[in-house]
Amino acid sequence: MDFYSFLIQLLNSIQYGLLLFLVASGLTLIFGIMGIINLAHGSFYMIGAYMAFTLSSLTGSLFAAIVLGIVLSVILGVFLEWALFSHLYKRDHLEQVLLTYGLILVFEELRSLIVGNDVHGVNVPDILNWSLPLTDTLSYPAYRLFMSAVCLVLAVLLYLVIRRTRLGMMIRAGSSNREMVQSLGLNINLVYRLVFALGVALAAFAGMIAAPVSSVYPGMGTQVLIICFVVVVIGGIGSVWGALLAALLIGLADTFGKVLIPQAAGVTVYVLMAAILLWRPEGLFRRI
Amino acid sequence: MALGLLALFPLAGSDFYNELVTKVMILAIFALSLDLLVGYTGLVSFGHAAFYGIGAYALGLLAPKYDPANLWLTLAAAVACAGLAALIVGVFVVRARGIYFIMVTLAFAQMFYFVFHDTKFGGGSDGISMNFKPVAAIGSFIPFNLSDANHVYYFVFAALVTVFLFLRTLSRSSFGRALQGIRSNEERMRSLGFPVYRYKLASFTLAGALAGLAGYLSAMQFGFVNPELLSWHQSGNVLLMLILGGLGIMYGADVGAFVFVALEELFSSVTTHWQLLLGATIILLVIFLPGGLASVASRFRRLLIGAPSE
Repeated sequence: MDFYSFLIQLLNSIQYGLLLFLVASGLTLIFGIMGIINLAHGSFYMIGAYMAFTLSSLTGSLFAAIVLGIVLSVILGVFLEWALFSHLYKRDHLEQVLLTYGLILVFEELRSLIVGNDVHGVNVPDILNWSLPLTDTLSYPAYRLFMSAVCLVLAVLLYLVIRRTRLGMMIRAGSSNREMVQSLGLNINLVYRLVFALGVALAAFAGMIAAPVSSVYPGMGTQVLIICFVVVVIGGIGSVWGALLAALLIGLADTFGKVLIPQAAGVTVYVLMAAILLWRPEGLFRRI
Repeated sequence: MALGLLALFPLAGSDFYNELVTKVMILAIFALSLDLLVGYTGLVSFGHAAFYGIGAYALGLLAPKYDPANLWLTLAAAVACAGLAALIVGVFVVRARGIYFIMVTLAFAQMFYFVFHDTKFGGGSDGISMNFKPVAAIGSFIPFNLSDANHVYYFVFAALVTVFLFLRTLSRSSFGRALQGIRSNEERMRSLGFPVYRYKLASFTLAGALAGLAGYLSAMQFGFVNPELLSWHQSGNVLLMLILGGLGIMYGADVGAFVFVALEELFSSVTTHWQLLLGATIILLVIFLPGGLASVASRFRRLLIGAPSE
């Protein structure tokens, strides 16, 4: 492998890893703070991608679709937290698994009823529809660079929100001791609702910006969900920075696994997970 | 009584219902094997379908193309393969607890799914069709004929009764008591000197082997295997059966399997989008009926005599 094709694979794996981070960070926050295992998190990614497809063909612009999609996904998040997830805080994991499993079935069938089961493409916006030339024959698509940049900006924003704002303080406090936060007079339910909506919006946003690259297809949610579970398991449950590191690791393992050992492409990620589990059964990081 | 009804069923039922009840009994074995983990050991596995699928694939891969396979040999091999796979996975996963365990079992099951789905090893995404039913030959003696749907029915029935009795004996043995102890308080069991890790691993392996038995029977009944047997929908559905019937109650798994197949048949006769109804039912069930269908009786009793709820 020469330097430029190595560079391309490296950029691809970083882009994939950062995208996974957007989905996995919501998953790990929802677990770390609300104590809920959410199988339906992948569905939010799928919903995002389908919103990008439907809304961009309605409005004619992917950017307009993204703005509209974020608003809709926040509304969806607040609604779901109010209607369903708020009932789950005191239940055991088994019941959380079941309810969110039921949600996946509902979302998948609604998707099939509303949009159908076909694979759809989403156009890359014109401004970003060019490639950065690397050599005479190799080039790198600008849209992928844009994706990585946006994900990176969001990761930094998430860091600032959690470390530097009052909301972030409540989030950190809620994850370490929720009764104490409540008895200090903070509205923990509001924090839960915001965190959940944030998680939904992050996953849906990831789905929306990924849509032009990955296309939009049934089952995309589950695929992402399971890889994100691997990310969360490696990173340590509840840890956002663990999720970032793990997502980048998975991005590298998956991309280079496909290039170097194509026969075992689907399995490399899980082998990595097994190795890390042997080394650190609780994941790389413990706290948020 | 329920046993008697099941035993006499083929005399009255049509072929269609015969096959359906056979399917229910296979799923009941599958659900029973998961109950050992979830209900007795307190390990919520979301990847149990992997071992079901491995049992099924063992028959698919071992069956010769132009001859029928030997039932006893392939059955033993399927149970052994599934048990071995569960042992290997178990070494990694039983260290994990709670939510962690759920995620890790799902991830490992997905790994097996990809192995069968992406490689040519088991026929890829098309799976394997078998041309012959296995033959139950012991030497030259053939006690029953699995090409006959009634014989299949009774063979599966016998397997269900065996697994049921086996697990009941197990749950009353010191091993079973230790597992239940681990479910209620793992730390206490550890400080009492129980090798908790080994007990959990044994439970995981045994549950995997029994799931392999169920998978084998399913492959035998339908004559083909495909990666969907290992899909996480299968793992979700079997958990659902367990919840429907109630955890840690032996007959609960059977009731759950029956209710699940009945719901599936009912919903799919109404609409092709039956999973929408199934999903909505699950959500309503969790919100309004914590404890599963098994709790209905005690809730009803409480309502009548007005005893305080727990």
